[in-house]
Amino acid sequence: MKTVAPIITTPTAVDAVTELRQRRGQLVFYQSGGCCGGSLPMCFEEKEFRIGDNDVLLGYVVGCPFYIDPRQYEKWKHTQLILDVGEGEPQGFSLAPADDLHFITRSRVFSPEERVALVVTRSRVFSPEERVALE
Amino acid sequence: MSTTTETRAPASKVYQAPGNPGSPVEVKPRYENFIGGRWVAPVKEQYMKNLSPTNAKVFTEVPRSTPEDIEVALDAAHAAKKEWGETSLTERAKLLNQIADAIEDNLEMLAVAESWDNGKPVRETLAADIPLSADHFRYFAGETRSLEGSSTEIDKDTVAYHFHEPLGVVGQIIPFNFPLLMAAWKIAPALAGGNCTVIKPASTTPWSILKLAEVIGDLVPAGTLNIVTGPGGEIGKALASNPRISKIAFTGETVTGRLIMQYAAENIIPSTTELGGKSPNIFFADVMAADDEFLDKAVEGLVLYAFNKGEVCTCPSRALIHESIYDRFMERALERIARIRQGNPLDLSTQMGAQNSKAQLDKITEYVHIGLEEGAECLIGGKQPKLEGELANGYFFEPTVLKGHNKMRVFQEEIFGPVLAVTTFKDEAEALEIANDTLYGLGSGVWTRDGKLAYRMGRAIQAGRVWTNCYHMYPAGASFGGYKMSGVGRELYRPTLTEHYTQTKSLLVSYSDSPLGLF
Repeated sequence: MKTVAPIITTPTAVDAVTELRQRRGQLVFYQSGGCCGGSLPMCFEEKEFRIGDNDVLLGYVVGCPFYIDPRQYEKWKHTQLILDVGEGEPQGFSLAPADDLHFITRSRVFSPEERVALVVTRSRVFSPEERVALE
Repeated sequence: MSTTTETRAPASKVYQAPGNPGSPVEVKPRYENFIGGRWVAPVKEQYMKNLSPTNAKVFTEVPRSTPEDIEVALDAAHAAKKEWGETSLTERAKLLNQIADAIEDNLEMLAVAESWDNGKPVRETLAADIPLSADHFRYFAGETRSLEGSSTEIDKDTVAYHFHEPLGVVGQIIPFNFPLLMAAWKIAPALAGGNCTVIKPASTTPWSILKLAEVIGDLVPAGTLNIVTGPGGEIGKALASNPRISKIAFTGETVTGRLIMQYAAENIIPSTTELGGKSPNIFFADVMAADDEFLDKAVEGLVLYAFNKGEVCTCPSRALIHESIYDRFMERALERIARIRQGNPLDLSTQMGAQNSKAQLDKITEYVHIGLEEGAECLIGGKQPKLEGELANGYFFEPTVLKGHNKMRVFQEEIFGPVLAVTTFKDEAEALEIANDTLYGLGSGVWTRDGKLAYRMGRAIQAGRVWTNCYHMYPAGASFGGYKMSGVGRELYRPTLTEHYTQTKSLLVSYSDSPLGLF
C-alpha cells in the first residue's frame, strides 16, 4: 500500500525554505484560502503566528510545520499540496523567500487508491523522477 | 421579442499611458511616503519598483519602507490627533466634502492612474471606482455633520450624556483590487470620526494612492493622513501590532486577517477585517418567465463575475442555476461572455483588463488546472488570450466558466480571477444548501421575480450582503462586511462611524448635592 503525504515540497522550495530559515529562524506555514491570497501558503516566523488547538498539521517542510484551518482541510483533503516557489511578491504579511518571489501551493487530486492509503506523515523531499511521475 | 442588450461600440478613445505625452497623468521617476503633510523619504532609503500589469513594465518606484517609517508616520499622526480630534463637526464635514470635490475635479487623472497601476479597465474606474470614492467622502461628510450623541434622564437629578469621541490614531491596511476605493472606504470614516490614520496600500498597487495624496495633500491637516508604502511582511506587523494605534482595520487575505486579530488582542484594541468570499449567485427558474429587460439584467448579473477581472472579494464566482432553465440561460450567458472585450485597459471600449500581477495570473492558471483535474468541464476560456504588441506581456486571462459541483475546490476557494464555477439546483432547499456550503459569507446574489422567495432566500443565506435582483453595487448607506470566515465588522454605513471609528463616552452627571450615605 503506497504511503502518500498530504504535503510535499519541490527542490526549489526546499532550498528557499532552508535559506529563509537560516535568515529568519524557525518558520511556520499556514495555508490561505481566501481573497487575494487564495491558495497561497503564508509563511511567518514561528513566534509570530499563534497556532490553536484546532489547527490541522499537514506535515513538515524542511522541519517547519505546515498548518491548515480545520474547516478548510475538510474541503482540501482530497488533494495533495505541493509547496513551490513562484514569481512575485507574497500577499498579506507573509515572508518572501527572496525579492520578488513568494511561496505557492500547487495541488494534485489524489487517486482513489491514494485516498485509502492517506496517512499523516512527515513531508519529504522527492526525487526528480518522482516529481516527473507526479506531473 | 428579444431585448438583449447589444454592447454598442462606445466612443473610441484610448488614453495615453501615464507619463506619456498627452496622458492626463504625470509620473515622477520616484515617489516618497506621504507623512505629516509632506513627502518624506524612507528612513533606510530603499525603494521598490512598480510596474503596470498591462505590459509588465516598470514605470516608477515607491518607498520600500521599514518599521522605522511606520514610527515616523505614527509620530506625525500623534502630533496631529489632538487638534483634529477637537475640530468641530462643521469643519470636519467641510474637509471631507473638499476631498470629494478634489477627487471629482481630478476624475480622469485618478481613473487613468488607477487603471494603469491595477490593470482594471478605465471604463470601470471612470464609471465606478472614482465616483464611488468621491461619494464615500460625501456620505461621511453628511454623517459627520449630523453626528449626534444621546442623553438619558436617569432620575430628576442624574443625567447620562453619551458622546462619540475619536479613537485617536488608527492603522489601516488595504488590498490591491480597488486601491483608491478601498482607501476611501478606510480614510473617510477614520477622518470623519476625528481620527488620524496611517494607511498602507498593497505592494503591487502602491502608486495611485500617492497620486491621490498629490490631489488632497494640501487639504488635509498635516498628520491626519499618512501613507507608508512597502511589503506587508516587512511593515504590516510594525503597524498592526504597534502599541501606538487605537484600532486596526484590514481588508485582505484570511490568514493575515487572523494575524491582525491576534495582534489587536495583544494590545486590547478593536480590529475590523474584511477577508475573502465565494459568493453564490442564484438564478431561479422564473427569471426566464419572460424574454424582457429583467432577463437581460439577470444574464448580465451572471456575467458580472468578470467585473474587475474577478478580483473582488464579493465576486459572484459560483453561479447556481435552476436545472430547468440551465441550458437556455447558460446559452445566453456564454454568448455574452464570448463577446467580452478584453485588451488595453486604457481603451474606453475595453471591458476586461489585466490581472493584477504575474502571481495572480499563475494562481488562476493553477486553479483551472485543479478544477479540470477534479472533473470540472471548461465551457469557455481557461487560458490566456493572445494579445498584440505590448499587451502580449500583460497578465491577461480569458473569462472562464467551469461546470461542476459544490464540493470541488474551485467551488470552495476564492480564485480571485475571471473564473466562474457553475452548477445547477433542483429546488429552493437545495439552492440554499449549496449557497451556504462554504467557509465564507461576504456576498451573495438572488435573482427571481418572486418577492416572497427573494426575501426567504435573502434572510436564510449566511452572508453579510445579499444582492437581490442586482449585483456589484456598493453605495454608501448599505452595510458591507462578512459572516463566517469573511471577517468581522461592517463598513459603508453610519454604524461604521459610530461603532468602529469612534468610542462612546458616557458622562454620568449628578445635579444633586446629597451624599449617598454609604460612608
